[in-house]
Amino acid sequence: MRVATTRRTALVFGVGAILVSSMLAGCGKSKSSSDNAADSNAPVTLTVNLFGDFGYKDLYAKYHTEHPNVTVKENVTDYGTHHKNLQAHLLAGSGTADIEAIEIGQIPGFRPQAAKFVDFLKQGVNKDQWVASKWEPATSTDGKALFGVGTDVGGLALCYRADLLKAAGLPTDRDAVSGLFTDWSSYVSVGKQFLAKTPDKKVKWFDAGTNLYNAIVAQENKVAYDEKGNVIVATNPVVKAAWDTTVTGIQAGESAALSAFSPQWTTGFQQGQFATITCPSWMMAYIKDNAPATAGKWDIAKIPGGGGGNWGGSYLTVPTAGKHQKEAIALAKWLTAPDQEKWLFTEKGNFPSDQVLWNEPEVANFTNPFFSNAPAGKIFSESAKNLNPQVLGPHAGDIGNAIGNGLVSIEQGKASPNDAWTKALADVKNLTS
Amino acid sequence: MAVMTKPSVGGVHSAPRAARAARYRLDVKGSPYLYIAPFFIIFGIFGLFPLIYTGWVSITGWRADTPGSESKMVGFQNYVTLWHDPFFWNAVKNTVGIGLISTVPQLFLALGMAHMLNYRLRGRTFFRMGVLLPNVTSVAAVTIIFVQLFGRDYGMVNWLLGLFGVGHTEWQAGTLSSWIAISVIVTWRWTGYNALIYLASMQAIPFELYESAAIDGASRWRQFRTITIPMLRPTILFTVIVSTIGAMQLFGEPLLFNTSQTPTTGGSQHQFQTLALYTYDQFWQKFKYGYGSAISWAMFGIILLFVLVNLVVARRMQGVDAS
Repeated sequence: MRVATTRRTALVFGVGAILVSSMLAGCGKSKSSSDNAADSNAPVTLTVNLFGDFGYKDLYAKYHTEHPNVTVKENVTDYGTHHKNLQAHLLAGSGTADIEAIEIGQIPGFRPQAAKFVDFLKQGVNKDQWVASKWEPATSTDGKALFGVGTDVGGLALCYRADLLKAAGLPTDRDAVSGLFTDWSSYVSVGKQFLAKTPDKKVKWFDAGTNLYNAIVAQENKVAYDEKGNVIVATNPVVKAAWDTTVTGIQAGESAALSAFSPQWTTGFQQGQFATITCPSWMMAYIKDNAPATAGKWDIAKIPGGGGGNWGGSYLTVPTAGKHQKEAIALAKWLTAPDQEKWLFTEKGNFPSDQVLWNEPEVANFTNPFFSNAPAGKIFSESAKNLNPQVLGPHAGDIGNAIGNGLVSIEQGKASPNDAWTKALADVKNLTS
Repeated sequence: MAVMTKPSVGGVHSAPRAARAARYRLDVKGSPYLYIAPFFIIFGIFGLFPLIYTGWVSITGWRADTPGSESKMVGFQNYVTLWHDPFFWNAVKNTVGIGLISTVPQLFLALGMAHMLNYRLRGRTFFRMGVLLPNVTSVAAVTIIFVQLFGRDYGMVNWLLGLFGVGHTEWQAGTLSSWIAISVIVTWRWTGYNALIYLASMQAIPFELYESAAIDGASRWRQFRTITIPMLRPTILFTVIVSTIGAMQLFGEPLLFNTSQTPTTGGSQHQFQTLALYTYDQFWQKFKYGYGSAISWAMFGIILLFVLVNLVVARRMQGVDAS
């Protein structure tokens, strides 16, 4: 009996081994047959994973005419999913695209994995084309490798609907509007005036509390982290002050409470549900794409609080797991080269991170017809030059989201400001511990 | 399989013959294992191995933001943290709550639907196939449509309710409102599936029972209660268990129901963050691999517990043979 069972077990294992080895053999075969990317003119399809619209579509076509063997396939997912997938694929060691975008709030979280990306310093990229606050976050923890090339920066301004301001009896001229708000609390109090006088009571002052909060803290040096890498949200007076200002606005009914970047938010642009929105340069592209029918109704004023903030802006990276690294590096460098960056700003609104371009007439003198010919080039290059670098940390983006959810719950009437603050801090703790 | 062997003459066993007999024995005794092996191998690779590996990860302090933490053993620390984690218990509450709201009405609806489909109707096959349609559409497509329907400002549900004087509801904001909205999506997808299972089982009930009941003067409703329901009891038990497991693992609907930048938090205050969503949030959003794995195992335990409770309750209710 005993003998019989062992024999049986052996047999099962034997059969299993045969099956497994045949499966492995199958895998091996398929792998070796597709492994022939040696020829430099062989047709190559590069995959590019982005979050949101980078405005690259026309550039791919242009690149294809210059390099007929290279075809580009772009995949766009939302911000959260994109960065989460990238982390997961890096961990698994496969599944990354040839080029992956990373946003500045997320890039500190990728620094420990810098070795899994191509080092652009070894590919002839000069990091001094960017200001230090742009290239530093994309370096490895030892500072020796640069694993991302900068695309755009998110200098701040305030975009507003001149027609809606006019209806509420407020000035519409961009200098006059800039003069209305010396700081954020005056922005909130002008909002109260607006609400009192606007004839259409469905129109609110701003789109979402989270977007107001983000713009306020973007102007600070230290928000979520101090220089030593400690999370200081709970004790940082700057964070609480930005929170309180935002809450004052929400409680006055100034927020349209449209969950930022959601379909409702997009509809909000088309329906004119809010009169102002805090406006990093890339926001111009969102406004234009989401509500093309509102052309000419928008204008751009200076950001309250004295400017100098940065919100967003991204990097392109080339994971070393990719099969076509050489071609991917060339494309990433080309997409972030001065000519393309200029085109992206004037056509799409993404302000170049390359600091040489900030003084070039094509950029500095650019006026945006969609925004009533507002001097977007002047506004955003000034704001980029005043840029106040912020201390970043691995969870900076997620901490912002946790606080943002607290603000959303106040907008929803789900929680009181005190409860929401306590819960936001609990979420931050859950994130970092 | 019948292998013809020549009758041996004189009982003399030659060597090749013995070998053949051994091969024959091997064939008869061994081949069944070969036939079932694919299942066990696939299950081993995609079921058992991840289960055990997750258990292993759950006793480490592995997290993406701490280099070298993957080999740091912390014992049951993750499970202790879990026990004191209000977000975990919130997720348990949400899962059970949504589970009840989505499963109980769903199974009653399915039963009623199956009863109707069991009648002679015109286009019976059309209707029978039709009820399964919501189930074969993808959860993502269904949820995205429902998110539009449940929209705050321009959603159809709010418009309909507005006709009856109900003010606009932000379905994602409230705890109960979000549970109801998600349950509607689940019910939409799974009612037809359960109805078909009930229908198949109803058709196996001998017609004579109804006939004799009718002769005895039993009404349709009486027949349904005293013949159909008791005869369906094993099937009902099956659907209850399967639905319970499904409800415990609810993931896609609450994930996609959240249209914010942080889909895995299940609402601004974790209103509809289910257990599966919380696991995913901790593992794939916060990159706390060790802790996320611990939640997975806790979830496994909770599901086992629920299935056991189901079985015990079912046995108590009139000794059904559950085995």
